[in-house]
Amino acid sequence: MYAYDELDRTLLNERVAEFRDQVKRRLSGELTEDEFKMLRLQNGVYLQLHAYMFRVAIPYGTLSSKQLRRLAHIARKYDRGYGHFTTRQNIQYNWIKLAELPDALADLAEVGIHSMQTSGNNTRNVTSDQWAGVVPGEVEDPRIWSEILRQYTTLHPEFSFLPRKFKFAITASAHDRAAIKIHDIGLRLHRNAQGEVGFEVLVGGGLGRTPFIAKTINPFVHGRDLLSYVEAILRVYNRYGRRDNIYKARIKILVHELGSEKFAAEVDKEWRAMGETALTLDDGVIEEIRSRFTYPAYEKLPHMPEELKKAAADPLFERWRRNSVFTHKVQGYAIVTVSLKPVGAPPGDATAEQMDALADLADKYSFGEIRVGHEQNLALPHVPKRDLPALWKALDEIGLATPNVNLVSDIIACPGLDYCSLANARSIPIAQELTRRFANPDTAELIGRLHINISGCINACGHHHVGHIGILGVEKNGEEFYQITIGGRADENAELGMLIGPAVPFGEVADVIEDVVEAYLALRERPDELFVDTVKRLGVQPFKERVYATR
Amino acid sequence: MPLVKNGNTATDIFVHVADGAELPGDGAVLVSAARFLADTEALVKRAGKLGVIWPNNRDLDDLVPYLERLAVVALVFPTFRDGRAYSQARLLRERYGYEGELRATGQVLRDQFMFMLRAGFDALEAKKQSDVEAFALTSRRYSVFYQPTGDGRLTALHRRMQQRQSESAG
Repeated sequence: MYAYDELDRTLLNERVAEFRDQVKRRLSGELTEDEFKMLRLQNGVYLQLHAYMFRVAIPYGTLSSKQLRRLAHIARKYDRGYGHFTTRQNIQYNWIKLAELPDALADLAEVGIHSMQTSGNNTRNVTSDQWAGVVPGEVEDPRIWSEILRQYTTLHPEFSFLPRKFKFAITASAHDRAAIKIHDIGLRLHRNAQGEVGFEVLVGGGLGRTPFIAKTINPFVHGRDLLSYVEAILRVYNRYGRRDNIYKARIKILVHELGSEKFAAEVDKEWRAMGETALTLDDGVIEEIRSRFTYPAYEKLPHMPEELKKAAADPLFERWRRNSVFTHKVQGYAIVTVSLKPVGAPPGDATAEQMDALADLADKYSFGEIRVGHEQNLALPHVPKRDLPALWKALDEIGLATPNVNLVSDIIACPGLDYCSLANARSIPIAQELTRRFANPDTAELIGRLHINISGCINACGHHHVGHIGILGVEKNGEEFYQITIGGRADENAELGMLIGPAVPFGEVADVIEDVVEAYLALRERPDELFVDTVKRLGVQPFKERVYATR
Repeated sequence: MPLVKNGNTATDIFVHVADGAELPGDGAVLVSAARFLADTEALVKRAGKLGVIWPNNRDLDDLVPYLERLAVVALVFPTFRDGRAYSQARLLRERYGYEGELRATGQVLRDQFMFMLRAGFDALEAKKQSDVEAFALTSRRYSVFYQPTGDGRLTALHRRMQQRQSESAG
């Protein structure tokens, strides 16, 4: 965990005071809605179909139990008793009242949480691997660099009015859980031949109506130069990014129009022109940030405790363990993913009661720490293996032990037309229906790893392009239709999915997906060939033939 | 437009001279970039202070050779959502060493004052009188800054390092 100091707290309180004043001026009419819009967006406040939506940042996906309880409190006091975890390590509340927002922000600030820059055309919440610091084989904890970037990007005087939103993601593992290739800037931490820490810098990834996989513009930027290099990128973008058309304003379009080599040369030119800069991070500064991350005092525990051996006789426990428990870098500990995808419920939602209960379980079993992943699930990052059976029972009692992590019913979905004013079609009911169709855990296990991603419009908040199966809601003559893609992925081998055929109406989506999955089961070479690998091997055609033959 | 300069309400002594209009014989004038570039020699030789309004979509290269002869560079915010002039301001101050008045014009509103001051503006042509009156409060709203710019304010990281050093020295 990163511990805020007096300076971090002061800045947060100053921000809350500023926003309180801005809301007051809006309510008195001193600010027009047009003037206020940008200000509220910079604090994560959207106007949705029914009410204001409030998006709170969970930087690099790390929460303390105290912070999670406070998120529950916000849900209970200012909203309707639940929150929605998003694909970018944020939580959203959908029914907030404008006049109460400053108080909600002040409540959050007390535990070091904010909503700064969770929307608007600025640098957004910096995201990272939800297993940072606990997964085996990591170069180093990417959250140290994430926090350095969080501070650097917060209220930046030059880059708070960019052409469009701007998202960073960082990974330090060979397997990318942070989806860095679909971010405006993706950073892959690695060491050079001299053993020094630095970053492969990727730029121009993003989804939306013109999806691109990010391109590497520099294979190794030394850690000390991270901020100056990022500043060079942002300056080039701020000056030359398009502002004439909102759909062409993201950095991905600039990179595409210039070509990544020319763009890289522009960045390099700007970076060199900066010369000696106060942004250079000396070791002391990095140490200062590092020193404010605390790590649990792990015990020496056996690899295979008695409790776990005993519980293995229970097939239900075993199923959950096989599915939701992952290897920790410290012997005797495990990382537990907590599924927020129960059958029949909206993906990523948690009630205030669940959040409170999970906070208690984190105190009891995970050194008071919780993580949030971009797949809209939570994780307990340091669970002693001997406690797994007890934790499982406790999670099951609060509806958080669905053994479907990474399986077909572990669906990513945006809020869709049920909440969002931009949406063309509903997302949540599609997800709910699919979780019912694939509710049998034996079937889901047989199918294996399969990510379904659903977006209710072309803005792609549900990351449909990079779902193994992607579902995109569109509107046709006033009716909801859905385009289906297959073969997308968001990891280190990121790819955009390919369209499988004509869009289908709302009522047929679940049938089509069932057919796609059946086609896969028939086409796969062996049981452990993943869906996405079968698509890669065979292409779309055999799926198309099987699915559309009878339609 | 009310002007705030170095934190105080100021009278704008610069006469905005439209393109094509006759230049007054002396006195401070503010001209467009187009006029400045078309008639640079005559303008810089003229008695009286000279200011140029530089658009936010034009590189600074054509302006940089004349910075020492300029009393004012006015940068433009066509809307408060368009942040290009922040980059121009920082480059003028931090890279090209411009020391004259750097003026923010256009849609200049209270809630951007702090960003503008940090980027190097020292004169703000505020859009609203009420924002001018709120200047003192607005410019003191923040005491902690995460990024180094050329404005001399210490960053949080710097303050932490100083604190560490003084603790280890004591």
